[in-house]
Amino acid sequence: MNKRTEIRLAGEGGQGMILAGIILAEAAAIYDGKQATQTQSYGPEARGGASRAEVVISDDEIDHPEVLSADVVLALSQEAYKKFAKTIHAGGLLIIDADRVEVPADFAGVKVPVARIAQETTGKAITANTVALGLLVGLTGVVSRDAIEKAVTARAPKGTEEMNRKALQAGFEAAEQVKALTV
Amino acid sequence: MSEHILSVHDLDVNEGQIPREDWFESSDTLQHLRKNKRFPTIWCSGCGIGVVMGSLIRAIESLGLENNNVALVAGIGCTARMPVYMDYNTLHTTHGRALAFATGLKIARPDMKIIAIMGDGDAMAIGGNHFIHAARRNIGITALVVNNSIYGMTGGQQSPTTPLDMRATTAPYGNIEPPFPICDLASAAGATYVARSTVYHPLELDKYLAQAISNDGFSLVEAVSYCHTTYGRINKLGSAADMMRVLKENSISKSAYDKLSDEEREFNTKTVRGVLHTKKRPEYTKVYGTLVDRVHEEAIKPRNYGGH
Amino acid sequence: MTIKLMQGNEAIAMGSLAAGCRFYAGYPITPSTEVAEIMSRELPRVGGKFIQMEDEIASMAAIIGGSVGGLKSMTATSGPGFSLMQENIGYAAMAEIPCVVVNVQRLGPSTGQPTAASQGDVMQARWGTHGDHQIIVLSPISVAQSFELAVKAFNFSEKYRTPVILLTDEIIGHMREPIELPDFDTVEKVERVVTDSPADYKAFRNEPGDVPPMASFGLGYRYHITGLFHDEVGFPTQRLDEIDPWLERVNRKIENNTDDILLYQKDYQPGARTAILSYGATARTARHAMKQLRAKGQKVSLFTAQTLWPFPEKAVEELADSVERIIVPEMNMGQLALEVERMAGRKKVVRVNRANGEMVTPDMILEAAEN
Repeated sequence: MNKRTEIRLAGEGGQGMILAGIILAEAAAIYDGKQATQTQSYGPEARGGASRAEVVISDDEIDHPEVLSADVVLALSQEAYKKFAKTIHAGGLLIIDADRVEVPADFAGVKVPVARIAQETTGKAITANTVALGLLVGLTGVVSRDAIEKAVTARAPKGTEEMNRKALQAGFEAAEQVKALTV
Repeated sequence: MSEHILSVHDLDVNEGQIPREDWFESSDTLQHLRKNKRFPTIWCSGCGIGVVMGSLIRAIESLGLENNNVALVAGIGCTARMPVYMDYNTLHTTHGRALAFATGLKIARPDMKIIAIMGDGDAMAIGGNHFIHAARRNIGITALVVNNSIYGMTGGQQSPTTPLDMRATTAPYGNIEPPFPICDLASAAGATYVARSTVYHPLELDKYLAQAISNDGFSLVEAVSYCHTTYGRINKLGSAADMMRVLKENSISKSAYDKLSDEEREFNTKTVRGVLHTKKRPEYTKVYGTLVDRVHEEAIKPRNYGGH
Repeated sequence: MTIKLMQGNEAIAMGSLAAGCRFYAGYPITPSTEVAEIMSRELPRVGGKFIQMEDEIASMAAIIGGSVGGLKSMTATSGPGFSLMQENIGYAAMAEIPCVVVNVQRLGPSTGQPTAASQGDVMQARWGTHGDHQIIVLSPISVAQSFELAVKAFNFSEKYRTPVILLTDEIIGHMREPIELPDFDTVEKVERVVTDSPADYKAFRNEPGDVPPMASFGLGYRYHITGLFHDEVGFPTQRLDEIDPWLERVNRKIENNTDDILLYQKDYQPGARTAILSYGATARTARHAMKQLRAKGQKVSLFTAQTLWPFPEKAVEELADSVERIIVPEMNMGQLALEVERMAGRKKVVRVNRANGEMVTPDMILEAAEN
C-alpha cells in the first residue's frame, strides 16, 4: 500500500481541474500500465467556486477510491488553498499558484506562477491546467513524462496538441527550476 | 337497442336469444371478441362502454387490419377493462399510464396500430401529463377516451370532466371545479386528429375511430358516455335509456353547429359532435427513423465498442 | 483489448448495449444522467431507440411497453425518480416483463443531496413497490463490474422474466477507473425464445421450469397482460386456485435459482473472529480496511455481495457460523445490516454507518474491528 499516491487538484470552477485529474489518471492507467481512480466534486462547485479532482495512483489494485490523506495537493486559487491545504499529510507536497494564492511566511510548499507561465508560453490562460500537470509530474514522477504527454495530446482538442505540448513542457521546466533551487 | 344498431351487428330484431355456442358466429363484429374469455362483461347492464367496444371493433375491421398487428393498451377503470374481451394484443396497465406504456410499445413496434383506451379520470387526471406529451410528440397512437364524467369503478367520485354544480360522492354539495374540455386540450397540445361523438351515435364513433386509427400521428376520439349507476343515480338523471336520450337531445353535429349564428354559438350548451381538429405534422416514430438514417448517413458506423 | 478510463455510469451504458439493450426511456436526474446521455448518442447507431419521457413514471411505463414490443429495455434514475417508478416496477413484477432499472443512489430522503453518495435505497429496491413480490437487485463495486453487472441484469431479466434493479451509487457511478471492454459480440446474451404455437401458448403457464417463455406483441400470440391477478392465459381472476399457483411459481422462479442469481465473493481467513460484509462503493473501503488489518496481523474475513436481493441468506449464515462478529459498513443508517442480523443468530453484528453523503472511511472500519 506504500505504492499508493493520492493527489488532489483544486482550483476555481473553469480552471480545468477535473479534466487535469482525468488526464493524470489516463496517463497512469492507459500509458503507464498502473491502477488509477479519479473522483471529483460536483454541484454548485462545478459552476464556479472551488472545484476539485482526486486521483489515486497505485501499482496494485486500488481499494478505497478517494483521497484519504493527500500526498500531493495542487491549489490554483486562494479558496482551494484554504479548503484543501490542510488535507495534506506531513511530508506531503503542496503546490500553489504563486500569483493567485497568498500564503503565510512559513509556507513550506512549492510556489510557481502557473497561470502566468501558461499565459507567457501559449498566450492562453486556459492552458494553466496543462502547465500544472507538467509541474506536478516533473516534481513527483508519479507518472512518466512520456505517459502524461501522450495523455495530454490525446485529450487536447484538435489543433491544440502543439500548444498543450508546449504548456506541458513549460511545466516540466518549472519543475526543474524548483528542484534546482531546493537542491 | 334500435333496429339500426342491431342491423350493424347483422342481428334481427325478432331473432330473440342466440344460443351461446353460436354467439360469436352471430355477427362479424363478435368474431373479434375472445372466445376463451368469460362473458358477460364487468360493465353494468345498460352501460355505454360496450357500445364503444363495438364501434372500435367495427372501425378496426373496416380498415382491414390484421388483429395480430393491433395492440390495445388500457389504464385503470371501467373503460380500461375493454381490451380484455377483445382478440388483439392487449395490455392492461396502471392507472393513468396507458399512453406512457403505449409510447414504449409504439417505439418498439412502429408498424403496429396502437390504441390507448382510457376513461376521463384515467386520461385527464392521473394521466393528464402523459396525454399532453403524447399529443405534443404526435406519436402514432389513437387515444380513445370514454368520457362518462365520473369515476365509475370506485363508486361515483368527481372527475376532471364532471360538469359544474353536478354532484358526486366526493362532491356532495356540487362540483365547484370547471371541467376539462378534452378535445380542446388535445388540439392545443398537438394532436393531429381530434373527433367527438356519443354512445347514442355509434355509427359516428365507427367512422371517427377508423379515421383516427388511419391518421399517421396522435389521434383523439372522445366518446361521450354516461354512468347511470353512479353519476345518474346521485344526480337523479334516471335510467340508462333516459341518459342515452339526453345524449341525443343535448348534442349537435359540427355541421349544424357551424351554421349557428355567433350569438347562438356563444350560448350553445350542447356537445358538438364531429371532427373538430386535424393537422398535418410528422409522426414521432417516423421522425426518429429519419434521425437514425441521418446518424448513419453521417458515416458514424455502428460501433463494436470493445475488441481491438 | 484496449484499456480505457471510464466512469461507472458509462460502463453501465456500455454493458447494457453489449447485453443487447435497444430501448432506453428516461428522465434526467443527477447523478444518473450520463447513462441517458450516452444511450441517446449510441442507441441510434446500433439500430436502437431512445426517448426522454415527461417524468420517471412515464419512463418506467415506456420501458415496459418497449419490452412487451420485443426490445430489451432500460431506464436509469436516482432516488426521487426511483420513488416515482415504484408502482410500475411492481407492474413489471406482476406481469413478468423483463426490464432493467438503474438506480445511481444519491443522498436522501427527498431531494437530499443530488451529488452526494448514498446506499440509502437498499430496502426500497427490495420493498419499494406495494405487495409481496420477488425482485433481483445487483450492486457493482467498480467500473469494470458496472459493465459486467449491466450484462447480468439484462440476462437475469430475460431468463427469469423479472425487473432487475442495478443499484449503484454516486461514487461508483461517477468514478473513473481503467476498464478493458470485451468485444460485444462475445458477450453472453439471453434472448427470448417461444416455441409454442399461438394456439398452445400460455404466457403465464405454471410449468415445471417456472419461467414460461415470453412472447413479444405482434408475433401472432395476441394474449392479455394485466397488473391484476391473472390466470395462465393472462385473464383477470379472483379464484384462489389460480392465484395461489401463480404466487408459488413467481416466488419459486427466483428462490429455486439462487445458485445462478446470487453473486458474491468470499475472502475468508481460517481462524478469523471478525468478518466484514459489504457491497457497492463501501466494499472498496472494506477491502482497504481488511488489508490494513491483515498487515497488522489480525485475521479477518471479507464477504462482498453483488446480489443484494434475493439476500444471500445461506452464505451469510455460514459466514456467521465461522466468526464471532460481522462488521457491516454502509452509507446509510443500517439497511443490509438488518438482513445480516437476521441471519447471524447470536453472533454480533456491528454496524458502521455514514449517511451524510461522504464515504465510510477505512479508519471507521478499523475502529470497529479493533474494539
